[in-house]
Amino acid sequence: MRDCRPILLLEDDTVDAMAVKRALKDLHVSNPLVRVANGEEALVYLRDDSKEKPCVILLDLNMPKMNGIEFLKVAKADEKLKRIPAIVLTTSKDDQDRVGTFKLSIAGFVVKPVDYIKFVEAMRIINLYWTLSEQPNNERESTNEKLQANTAGGRRQC
Amino acid sequence: MRSSKPILLVEDDNVDAITVRRALKDLNVPNGIVHQFDGEDALKYLMSNDKRPCVILLDLNMPRMNGINFLKIIKNDDELKQIPVIVITTSKDERDKMDSFGFSVAGYIIKSTDYKKFVESLKILNLYWTLSELPYTDV
Repeated sequence: MRDCRPILLLEDDTVDAMAVKRALKDLHVSNPLVRVANGEEALVYLRDDSKEKPCVILLDLNMPKMNGIEFLKVAKADEKLKRIPAIVLTTSKDDQDRVGTFKLSIAGFVVKPVDYIKFVEAMRIINLYWTLSEQPNNERESTNEKLQANTAGGRRQC
Repeated sequence: MRSSKPILLVEDDNVDAITVRRALKDLNVPNGIVHQFDGEDALKYLMSNDKRPCVILLDLNMPRMNGINFLKIIKNDDELKQIPVIVITTSKDERDKMDSFGFSVAGYIIKSTDYKKFVESLKILNLYWTLSELPYTDV
């Protein structure tokens, strides 16, 4: 990723969450991975000012309590959270899910390959793209002055 | 790209537009490119045409209607807001990044003056939007 902020993963399935963790490790992506099990937990994390805001949100759609679509509706209407790119990572090929989430301003919709090697390749491309793409600085700076101090041009390389 | 729909390029500078075309050609990206010179022309194209682009590549500094004002309009349109918009600009201005992500752009890429680096950026962009599903499919 472009900087060292954490990646927030919304995934209710522990095995799937472990696959993401492992893939990021295999790709030497050094951003910490914060995993929550549903939209509700994600909102608690995101609204806690003592926690660093993530650089990107990777979200599953089918989750108990608050699912991916419900989470996006809340996050994208929140002035403080709406700028964080949210990428759907799901096994759903449902047309409704795809169109519904693009209407909620997602920044990508990746259907999870079952094959681990293909999955790592998908994660590699996600990482490449979000290393290339710029992002606003402000949320990070307001939550973590240490990073600011460490950065030459306002951004610390990992 | 994942779909064969055209790429909508909104760019006032003809030389920059030619560079994008050339880079996509060098990368063997088969999608057609529809070039509009500013936000107003791009809107006219989107409003008058049933064919939806797969993605929009958007410059920010343009006469008549700039990129941010263009985003303001399409992101309030229930149909057009689905289309992923990727900003391609020379502006590193924090305000521009804040405003663009405020309108939910799906990427913000700084145009490299070095052609090889620029091709590399578009290569990654194409890889990502080939991996990712798109709102409008070919069917």
